[in-house]
Order: sequence, then C-alpha cells, then structure tokens
Amino acid sequence: MAVQGNKIQFANDDADVVVVIGSGAGGGTLAGELATKGIDVVLLEAGKLTPNSAFLPDEWASFKQLAWQDKRTASGTWQVARDFPTLPAWICKTVGGTSVHWAGAALRIQPHEFKTLTTYGNLPGTNLLDWPLTRAEMDPYYDRAEDKMGVTRTHGTPGLPGNNNFKVMYAGATKLGYQQCSTGHMAINSVVRDGRTHCMQRGFCFQGCFFGAKWSSLYTEIPQGQATGHMELRPESQVVRIEHDRQGKVTGVLYYDAGGRLLRQKARLVALACNSLESPRLLLNSESAMFPNGLANSSGQVGRNYMRHTTASVFASFADKVEMFKGTTMAGIISDESAFDPRRGFVGGYHMETISLGLPFYTSFLKPGAWGADFAKAIDAYAYTAGLWVVGEDMPRETNRITLNQDVKDQFGIPVADVHVDDHPNDVAMREHGFRQGAAVYLAAGAKQTYLVPPYPSTHNLGTNRMSERPADGVCNRHGQSHDIPNLFISDGSQFTTGAAENPTLTIVTLALRQADYIAGQMGQHAI
Amino acid sequence: MMPSNARSVPSTRPPNAAAESSPPSAPTRRELLKSTGLLTGTLALSSLLAGLAPGRAWALDLGTFSSHQGAVILAFSRHLYPHPTLDDAVYALVVKDLDSQAASDHAVQQIVLSGVRQLDQIGGGDWLKRPPALQLVDVESMQDTPFFVTVRSTAVVALYNNDMAFAHFGYGGKDGHLGYLHKGFNDLKWLPEPPDAASGPIPQD
Repeated sequence: MAVQGNKIQFANDDADVVVVIGSGAGGGTLAGELATKGIDVVLLEAGKLTPNSAFLPDEWASFKQLAWQDKRTASGTWQVARDFPTLPAWICKTVGGTSVHWAGAALRIQPHEFKTLTTYGNLPGTNLLDWPLTRAEMDPYYDRAEDKMGVTRTHGTPGLPGNNNFKVMYAGATKLGYQQCSTGHMAINSVVRDGRTHCMQRGFCFQGCFFGAKWSSLYTEIPQGQATGHMELRPESQVVRIEHDRQGKVTGVLYYDAGGRLLRQKARLVALACNSLESPRLLLNSESAMFPNGLANSSGQVGRNYMRHTTASVFASFADKVEMFKGTTMAGIISDESAFDPRRGFVGGYHMETISLGLPFYTSFLKPGAWGADFAKAIDAYAYTAGLWVVGEDMPRETNRITLNQDVKDQFGIPVADVHVDDHPNDVAMREHGFRQGAAVYLAAGAKQTYLVPPYPSTHNLGTNRMSERPADGVCNRHGQSHDIPNLFISDGSQFTTGAAENPTLTIVTLALRQADYIAGQMGQHAI
Repeated sequence: MMPSNARSVPSTRPPNAAAESSPPSAPTRRELLKSTGLLTGTLALSSLLAGLAPGRAWALDLGTFSSHQGAVILAFSRHLYPHPTLDDAVYALVVKDLDSQAASDHAVQQIVLSGVRQLDQIGGGDWLKRPPALQLVDVESMQDTPFFVTVRSTAVVALYNNDMAFAHFGYGGKDGHLGYLHKGFNDLKWLPEPPDAASGPIPQD
C-alpha cells in the first residue's frame, strides 16, 4: 500500500483517542491494528515522513535521511562506547521507525528462550527472568505476523534466491558440517504479494527498501490504518512528557510539533513504542511528585536490563570476486549455533547471517580508528570480500541501563539518554566463539584472510521496560500493560524479558498484534 | 597489526555536505586568479577514473589553504591510507573536504594549519622534501594529536565515499539502485551452486 495522507484529524482535547508514540514495527503495527478494529488512534512520530520512493542508494546520505542523530551518550566497558561515544545505537527517526532500516530477518524466538532463568539457571552477574509468556501462546500470533509480513519459507512463500555472499557462506557452512544454512526466513517478498513487488536484489536493505519489497510499517500497517478513517499520523511530533491525573492514570502527552510548538494531546490510553532507548527515557523524564522515579517505575526496573545482542562480524577475502554488495543484505542464515549447549562455555546461542556493507561503511566500520598499510590492503580486497554477522543472546544485567544524562540536553532542553553497558563474561565467551566459527566458515570456503570486526552501534535494542509475572521484577505484564498504570502500555522491544538469539522485529510485531487484541477487549469491557 | 587510535572521535562523522563526490574539474582562468591555493594533477592514462573525469588534467581550487598546505595534507593522507595505484585526484577530495570545513570552522582551520606548520618544521621548512619512510614515522608520531584525528576522521569518509573510489575498489554504489536481480546478483561461478532447498526461485514476473 502506498504512503498516503490522513482521512481524519482528531482534536488535541479529544480524550477518547488512543495515543501511540512511535511508528516503527511495534507502534506502527499496534496503531494500524487498533484502527482496523475501529478504535480511534493518534500516531505520534518524532521523525519526518519520507516515502520509500525517496530512499537513497548512498550509505552516508541515507544515514542523514533516516537515522536518529539527536544526541545520546555511551558509557561502560563495551567497545561501542569507545568507537562511537555519541552514537551508541543505529536506529531511525522517520515514519516507519527502524522497520525502515532493518534487514528483514524474521525468526521466531525458540521455546526455551522464553524460559531463560529456568533453562540457564541463576547465572552470577545477570538478571535473568522467565517471560510471563510461552512460545505456545505466541505461536498463533507468530503465524499472523508471518503471514502479514510475507516471511519466506512460511505459509507457502518460497525462499529468496541466494546471492554471491550467500554462496560463499553456504559453501563454507556445509564444508564445516553445519546442517541449517539457507536464505532464511525473511520478511522480504520473494514473489509479488500483498500489493508489494518482489525483492530486486539492490543491496541497500539498511538504507530503506526503495521497491517496498521488504516489510516496513511505513507502507503497510500505517497506510492501512489511515485508510480506515480511525487513525491520524502526525510526523515530526516529538513527545517529551506523559501526563497523569491524581488517580495515577495517564491523561495525555506533551509534544513538540514540526513548528516547534509545545502541544498537549489528551488520551484515553497511551502506548509507548519509541525503541528501548527513548521509551525508558520518556518514562524517566515524565517524573512527577506522585512518581518521583519516573512513570511505571515502582520496580526500579525502568531503563535497566538493556540488551543489544552479542554481535560481531567476520569478513574474509578470497582469490576470486564476491561483490557482496550485490543483492539482499541478510538473506543467508546459519542456525546450528542457536541451540542451548553450555558445553561451548556459554549459555544462549547465536545465528550467523550474511551481511554486506558498501565501501563507505565498510571503511568506517571494519576497524574504527584504524589506518596504515594493513588497513589499506584490506580495503584493496573489497570486491573479493564476503561478510557475515554474528547475532546472539546477551545477558540482562541491572547495571546495563539507560539513564538520563543531566549534563547533556537535546534540542528541547531535555536530558538525553546515556547507554551504559559492561559486557558479561558470557557475552565475551559467545562473541569469541562466534568469531572462531565465522572465520572457520570462510576458511572452509577458501578464504585468504579473515577480519574480525567489533560491534557496530546497536540496532537491536531491548529489555529496558521488561515484562514480568511479578510487578517487583519488571515494568509491564504479559500484555505489555504497565504494572503500575493500567492505561499505559509498552509496545516495542523494550518489553522483552530477555533478548533471545533471534532478530527481534518479528517478535515485536507479534507482540503488537497480541496487544491490540488485548487492548480492544479491555476497552470493550470498559476495564481501561 | 593495524595501528588504531583508541582516543579517536567517532569514525562515523557524516561527510561534509560541501564535499562533493565528483572529480575535481579542469581549472579555469577565473579560478586561477581567485584561489588561495590550487592543487593540480594528471590522471594516469591507464587510470580507471579517466572515464569519470572531464579530462585527464584536474585541479582543485582551495579557499582556505595554500597550494603547499594542500599538498602536505594530500601527502599525509596518502600515508594514512596508502593505496599505491589510487590516483591523487581521489586523495585531493580529502583536502577539499578539510578546506571547506576550515572555511566555516575556525577551530578546524587552526588545528590543520598548526599541524602542517609542525610537519614543515620537522622537515626543515618543507615536509614534502622528507624521504617517504621518514614521513611515515612523522605521521605515526602524531597519532594522538588533534591534527591527526581531524585528518584521519575526515579522510576515512572523504577518500572512500565518491564515485572514483567506487570505481577503483569495485563497489557498485548507485548502480545498484534498480537492483542486481538481472545484473549479476548471483554471478559467482567459482563455488558450487547451493541446492534449491537452501536457496529460492528467481522471480519471473
């Protein structure tokens, strides 16, 4: 469905609307679903509306067009804080949010990963907890999400054809004895489907899909919601505070519009979906006399348990050309290492997924800060280079957290988010294992040289408003409803109890579909 | 072991808006008269880049730096990212980016000019006359200076984010805009084809 305009506008003092903050995978899906059910929704998005026809085949120009570049800071011993001290995360500020930038890998969280405390045990230095949800409860919604998003190898949809980068991965993986390697489950059309074309193998998945073959809320759930006449999208509307009444129920939000005016939108219910950095930041910045530690924070867990997946990349150069930039960025997945097998020296598992970077980003991310002859030789081999990304489960820790940096303010004078991470020894052991296995894949395929690349700014940001059975252990319940405030919901990846080894977008969409049913039911019963 | 600078500013500094990726153009008389400095060169006959430039001779008009200062920065950049067959015309884009930054940011201007001055002092008045092996030692000795950090963080973007670099290193850039589906996305022939079960059909519509 093409990007379109609003059919309805709601008044700022209309207190019957649901306000959804953030239009990405979580917020965009929730807003569209609620509107489809006939519920009136105001969808507030901090970024601009950029249609996919305006996406650019140019890495740096696209970064400027789509990425969240407002201030943030980073601290802790993780390497990202050294390499990218003001850019801890690579996520988007645009209608569609980070569903514009994601590479499309759509994997279900494994059953045991919903029960990490039970499965992994009480690992020292972690804050592991079982989800208040099981995979069996999620499966019907996973089915709906996969069907909606056109995930390959589900619901009769074929896999994507493998590109050059995949051929190298597949050859190495099979020589190494791996059994589970394919072009994966991708929310990228392999055939014309749902009014959207098939993948044209551009290689600019991270820069937004110009053809709209990759699922994004930008050109699916959002225009579908607008078409119902029950949803109004307001781009360039940045929420800075959530307000509440004396009973402790939320009543609306304060936001700056495109013209810099501070406006109040009243609301019957507020759903927060600003990604795991901005969502806790907004709750903390909404502190009041009644909630001095921030909204929904009686547990003290808002902002804590920040996870961003244990990641690393392995690139390798060969005698012959690869041209990894040609074709789908991430359609190549090895899943053999995703199982729980503590004999490897760590709990949790990881996937290896093809990744490619264009020359501008390859040179910036291969070894941040590097220079000299060895670096130049690695770049000389660019066209002969293949790449994969390790993405695995990292451990939740109370001290890995988003806090307000009172010394650094954004353009509205509001304290920015500081992202603090100290790697857990389990994360380090998993990353080292991933480096070894990734290099082994490429050496088996005949690599001349391998390059072990440290984490990029985080794209998978999770856990900072986690769901829990007991209110003391987390921020929201099994429906994303905050334990403290019944008409305040968490609707993005910040509600993840633990991170699992899978790219999170499919699960974020699945939770949003499930939450929409719950909200509609509760509103129907006048419970909220 | 690749030397790295742990204290470096983020290497993801977006490229300067004023820095264009097009090759430097041929000099005009007006530019020769008004410029503070001018960098010139000639593309090698065999250069892949010849087709991208309007002519083999190129010139870069400098607004802030002198010709000598520009030449020092260019030589410094070649030591940072030494690609023996990459034409000076591409390295000149690093000078161009720094020159435009310096025009609008006095702090950058001071950092760059004092760095060049320091190099010239080391070189007894003209760093360009130092033997290349000693120049490399000088570059290494400056790793922790603001000059090094500024030039390196500019160079790693400006040098590799332009059509001439794309052609040299074999990156498709905007040629991929309409997709490689019918332009060789799976043209690798030196490894066996993955089985159908692991891959997928090429769409026919």
